[in-house]
Amino acid sequence: MSLLKLSNISAFYGASQALFDVHLSLEDGQVLAMMGRNGMGKSTTIKVICRLLKHRGGTTMFGGRDIKRLPAHKVARLGIGLVPEGRRCFTNLTVHENLIVAAQPGEWDFSAIATLFPRLEERKDQLSHSLSGGEQQMLAIGRALMTNPRLLILDEATEGLAPVVRNEIWDAIARLKTQTGMAILVIDKSIKELARVADTAVILEKGRSVWHGAFTELTPDITDRYLGV
Amino acid sequence: MRKEFFLNAALLGVLLAFPLWAWSVDEPYLITLATRAIVFAIAGIGLNFALGFGGLVSLGHAAFFGLGGYVMGVLAFHAQTYTPVMGWPLVINGTKSMPTIWLIAIALSALLAVGIGALSLRTSGVYFIMITLAFAQMLYYFTISWPTYGGEDGLSIYVRNGFPGLNTMDPIQFFAICYAILLIVLAFVFAASRSPFGLALGASRQNEERIQAVGQVPFRLYLTAFAISGAITGLAGALFADLNRFISPTMFSWQTSGEIMIFVILGGVGRVFGPVAGAVLFILLEHTLGGLSEFWHIYLGAILLGVVLFARGGLYGMVAGREVAHD
Repeated sequence: MSLLKLSNISAFYGASQALFDVHLSLEDGQVLAMMGRNGMGKSTTIKVICRLLKHRGGTTMFGGRDIKRLPAHKVARLGIGLVPEGRRCFTNLTVHENLIVAAQPGEWDFSAIATLFPRLEERKDQLSHSLSGGEQQMLAIGRALMTNPRLLILDEATEGLAPVVRNEIWDAIARLKTQTGMAILVIDKSIKELARVADTAVILEKGRSVWHGAFTELTPDITDRYLGV
Repeated sequence: MRKEFFLNAALLGVLLAFPLWAWSVDEPYLITLATRAIVFAIAGIGLNFALGFGGLVSLGHAAFFGLGGYVMGVLAFHAQTYTPVMGWPLVINGTKSMPTIWLIAIALSALLAVGIGALSLRTSGVYFIMITLAFAQMLYYFTISWPTYGGEDGLSIYVRNGFPGLNTMDPIQFFAICYAILLIVLAFVFAASRSPFGLALGASRQNEERIQAVGQVPFRLYLTAFAISGAITGLAGALFADLNRFISPTMFSWQTSGEIMIFVILGGVGRVFGPVAGAVLFILLEHTLGGLSEFWHIYLGAILLGVVLFARGGLYGMVAGREVAHD
């Protein structure tokens, strides 16, 4: 049984339809890469999964449970951790406070986060708005991990970061996959980096899931057609 | 941070030293003035918990202030007339015990805040402001038309309520009680603002969607904050009634809500000690400007305008620096 399964999802912003019959599934312990050009519905799909946007049609199953009618905080407590696009740390809180505010019982606590990202330990009493972009991204990932999720969702986690920092983030994602066996859904534009971690991929175009399969089956023909690379 | 710490210590020091000096030179009026500042500070701290930490702009905190006052007035009135507050289905007698009155004032104010909050927190912005104001005005008009407890004229309590081991009629001893309560309230608010609940409240004020994504429920956070805020303001109302030995519907009026908000804005919104500074400044202005002209509120208005336009962090912001920016 899939950990996450979306079937026939349609979603709207007001009267404007953003998603049309989106399908995807993710198994426990696997990494799914969600790909597509800008404005194709990737972040909207994430919002639907996290119940930050209500969808009108289709079903959203997580851990065998229909989460369509659950509020966002219950979905988070069920085990879906979100690292939102643009990092979005709580700027009025310190690094430590940003992590504490998200804490749910489980193996991920401050010391586990500090082991994954030692820089956060060094900066734990600093206000998060004074961190570099890379450090803020590490904090956003740490905050999502503090909810002790079964599924971690990373929305453009390395966008706008320096290459060295990007590598650090990708290394951390790879470590999460191999060491914890956590299911991860990652949105990113870098096929090369995604290839390091992804088991499967889904491509969205104009709000529809147009391709879904093993990442190794992603041929240049497909990427050319849907991703324009 | 360091500056703020020294400012807090200086403020508490002055608030303690001034009435002690007044006591040494036998000026009970000045002791009462300091006690009044402390009671106003507690009311401001109550509002600040909702406004400063939760971003809830309530223009109806007089509802809790007045309720606290009327809890004191009603219980003391029945104690001094030897009549029960209620005879059926339960017999409830009045009391002249301050701690008992405080506990009832805190509990009822928190309960009222939960009721008002459960309805008003489903709205936001100007609607929230108007609903909180409407509740306070409802209680204001209710007390005006409640002849048992003096109606529009209010109700006098001839002897201040008692506290074990102290003579509460002695201004300095009553001041000591209020000062101790101020310290307890400050310690509680300081601890609460740094607890996981306080952090989540601050984070929720910044971005509700993001806080939901980590499993928190903004409505519950706001409702809890509103209840705590109401309870603290209710306690201040009970102390205010004991200070004056008088209650009246004015305690529920929108002017009272406005004054409590002025303490917060003058001192610094979202700073634990901000309302203390605001209340002290307000009493100072009332005392000095009030002596110059009976239209002293005009000057107060001009000062408030200046603070809002040029010193948004209030007195604390000017001295200790602005709080961090929020996105």
